[in-house]
Amino acid sequence: MSDRPVLPELPTLPTDAPPSEPARQLGHFRPRLLLHEDHDLCPGCGEPLAIRTLLEVIDEMGEAENTIGVVGIGCYTAFTSTMDVDLVQALHGRAPSVATGAKRMRPETIVFTLQGDGDMVNEGLQEVLHTAARGESVTCVMLNNGVFGETGGHMTATTVLGQRTKNSLEGRDAGYHGYPILIADLLAPLGGTAYAARGSVHDAPAVGRTKNMLRRALETQRRGDGFSFVEILTMCPTGWFVPTAEGPGYLNSVLGAVHATGELRNAERLVTTAELLQAAKDDAGRREEPLS
Amino acid sequence: MTRTLMEGSSAITEAAIAAGCRFFAGYPMTPFTELLESFARRLPESGGVCINAESELEAVGMAWGAAATGARAATGSTGQGLALMQESLSELTRAELPLVIFHMARGQSDYTQATRGGGHGDYHHVVLAPIDVHEAVEHTQLAFHLADRWRNPVHLYGDFLLAHTSEAVSIEAAEFEPLPEKDWAVDGTLGGSGRSRNVNPIGMTKGAKGIEPESFWKRLQAKHDQIAREEVRFEAEFTEDAELLVVAFGSLARFARYAVRELRRAGVRVGYWRPITLWPFPTEALAEVAEGVERVAVLEQNAGQMIDDVRLSVLGRSPVVPIGEISSDEAGFGIGPIFDLEDVRRRIQEVCT
Ligand code: SF4
Repeated sequence: MSDRPVLPELPTLPTDAPPSEPARQLGHFRPRLLLHEDHDLCPGCGEPLAIRTLLEVIDEMGEAENTIGVVGIGCYTAFTSTMDVDLVQALHGRAPSVATGAKRMRPETIVFTLQGDGDMVNEGLQEVLHTAARGESVTCVMLNNGVFGETGGHMTATTVLGQRTKNSLEGRDAGYHGYPILIADLLAPLGGTAYAARGSVHDAPAVGRTKNMLRRALETQRRGDGFSFVEILTMCPTGWFVPTAEGPGYLNSVLGAVHATGELRNAERLVTTAELLQAAKDDAGRREEPLS
Repeated sequence: MTRTLMEGSSAITEAAIAAGCRFFAGYPMTPFTELLESFARRLPESGGVCINAESELEAVGMAWGAAATGARAATGSTGQGLALMQESLSELTRAELPLVIFHMARGQSDYTQATRGGGHGDYHHVVLAPIDVHEAVEHTQLAFHLADRWRNPVHLYGDFLLAHTSEAVSIEAAEFEPLPEKDWAVDGTLGGSGRSRNVNPIGMTKGAKGIEPESFWKRLQAKHDQIAREEVRFEAEFTEDAELLVVAFGSLARFARYAVRELRRAGVRVGYWRPITLWPFPTEALAEVAEGVERVAVLEQNAGQMIDDVRLSVLGRSPVVPIGEISSDEAGFGIGPIFDLEDVRRRIQEVCT
């Protein structure tokens, strides 16, 4: 311990007065493919972060003028008026089929779906499974917060055991409500799936990793390798009834403990969520060992 | 003009391809199965795509996506499968998507389903009910045209008899008036332009805050009112001096028309009237004819569905009597004993005054 270098003391910035110089903006905060920055989603919601990341990837890949999005029904649907890409509004759960029809008629474009866990796993489970099995060259993006946020925080098929929702007030009970579905594990092993991953937006490094996943998924589609899927864990403090500031921590420790992040399918490489969880545990164990 | 002997299903497929249909998705179910088989065989070799959907839900969703790109697209099923599709069928009408729906029913028991639908909200579909294969060829092409013209789904109501009857038909691309450009369709090119599209059922526009569906839905209502005025089609024979008017549609009307012609030759003052569009129902035309007759007899192969529209048209001007009934084969495919000239003639004669 005593061998460690001592860090110089950092200057403290006063927080009780405005800065003497106006803060300088270091970059553009609004992605080019977003028409304006206003939205009606809750403070602390993770969906705008995920959508912004997706739009950035599309733009950075030079596909802005070659993309069709198919959007499901959830809080994120409000973004259809601000996402500046060609869009088709689908019914709850049906986006993968709509995306299939669009892609078959416009095979040169990038086609993605934007859905939530309620949309994809509850209402439209068969749609996404068949689309993946068919190996449709589309990318399905699912925002997973484990609740129906839009209706006010109700149980979905991905709600984790013990999670309290408006219609599972004592927490999800396996004996009474059944078990959550790990959707990425269902999609990853299918013959038509070329890429499947689960990311999160609970902190900046996670957003960075999620961005890489989205890029790989869209590149998979661009190469015509098959179906691609990215699940993104997003905060829903409103639907979870947790304080806004605690949203990211809750997401990572409660949902993230079951729906573990990482790549589940990349070409021939196949990993399960159980293996990702085990790897994370081993990794944490190693980090806790004293440095020698 | 070359005529080829073709079964109804093949003829409809060829007519759809001649009309520029590029996408088809369906799930097998008699008597729609035959149509799916012929599209699966013929569409890929003529540059289109036919997907064997895993259920009717996928079928209508795929057709939705294809239509949203501006391609001429179609799907269909029998009544049961179409019942499953209702949520999509109503919602895509509100999204103003042109789609052709082959409603290959088990007989005539889906009249109400085709003309009213079971979906949500205020919406209407145009329903064409061909009397034979020849007319089915014509109507298939018309269906694609009307769908594009009105940005609205159009049904072609057929049945087992239509699917399986062989007739000598000639299939050539029909000429129609020019159509507006599909500038609303998504092709992916407008991203980042500030003018990107959003094909949606509530009239949401890009850059707008909040949604205001009411004015959008009122505009749809006005469109449907206009369709109801402009797209009415019917066929009438011997109505000028008829004492009894026989009303029938689709396959069964073919029997009714023949029987009425025969009875006329025998001096019976009977007339024949057939709605070609089941929606919009030719209400005014029927009201006019009903004015001078003593009785209106409704021949349909069901418990009495079209008779509601007939009554709403006749509005008490003359008595309306049902002369049809539920009539089915053992399998329930809808080819019942009522499809018999003797039987139809007897039913008409029984109500002759
Ligand atoms: S309810 Fe949840 S998902 Fe919906 S906007 Fe609020 S935080 Fe986001």
